[in-house]
Amino acid sequence: MIRFFILGIVFGLALTMGEVISWFRIQEMFQFQSFHMYGIIGSAVVLGAVFHRLAARFGWKSIAGQTLDVFHYAKGWKNYLFGGAVFGLGWSVTGACPGPLFIGLGAGFLPIGIALFGALAGTLIYGLVADKLP
Amino acid sequence: MLELAYWPWYVVGPIITAIMVSLLMVGRRFGVSSNFETLCTIGGAGRISSYFKTDWHQRKWNLWFLLGSITGGAIARFGLLGTKAPAHISEATVATYTALGVTDAGEAYNPSFLFGEQVWTSPMAILCLLLGGLAVGFGTRWAKGCTSGHAISGVSSLQIPSLIAVVGFFIGGLTMTHLLFPVILPFILA
Repeated sequence: MIRFFILGIVFGLALTMGEVISWFRIQEMFQFQSFHMYGIIGSAVVLGAVFHRLAARFGWKSIAGQTLDVFHYAKGWKNYLFGGAVFGLGWSVTGACPGPLFIGLGAGFLPIGIALFGALAGTLIYGLVADKLP
Repeated sequence: MLELAYWPWYVVGPIITAIMVSLLMVGRRFGVSSNFETLCTIGGAGRISSYFKTDWHQRKWNLWFLLGSITGGAIARFGLLGTKAPAHISEATVATYTALGVTDAGEAYNPSFLFGEQVWTSPMAILCLLLGGLAVGFGTRWAKGCTSGHAISGVSSLQIPSLIAVVGFFIGGLTMTHLLFPVILPFILA
């Protein structure tokens, strides 16, 4: 488990040093006033896509010798679009997506704990109504 | 405090990819928002909805990742950047938010009206964070992922559902930033 803890430290360090957990940076992104956030997400996606391409081409396996276990999302669009839009509203107003909600606490922005509490409540509410939604 | 400079996008982006790849190499998938579900399950949510009756022990590794993230955030701000370091946002963003009445744009890392001491005595700020958080939790579970699971992991493995989710993220984000937030903000600042 220590390796996941260490990877987490790198994640928290990178997002804080890169100002990704800054509310201002998220507004700047949604205002299209800087390349910073697009550069971060974009370069992560492009490099990730190159990795997936090479992995498929050369049959790279995990350390345990298994096929790389990427997410496989079920077909459809309603839950992704509507759920995504609800998340987007919250991402903008709190300036934090799920990672930064936790990292922000560590960085000492304690009121973000209110948003984290809200996120857990939102998850709970989703669990109660999940079978009634598209 | 070292008061180091912030890291540019071309450092942070590749690190995020390296984290995703490292997790894949040890048979795990990079996604943060599933932890909300795990935490609800641990808290006993299985008693009120079968949605939470899952074996969270398989996802315990992600809680360690989370704990590391929190630690990393603390090291970065208190040890490397220093607590006085601002977010180096563009002049356009400083101008936009100063005009809206935010006094510390360009000077603080996070705005004091949402993240400072005064929040604890501001019902509007608390409501804003609470409802915003609610939307993050509800939305990411409904969409089955957030920025890490969809925008990074999903889009880089060319999954259409993730692309749709990211379009959704921006529909919601742009609506809030451009239409709703300018209306809400005066109530928080008042």
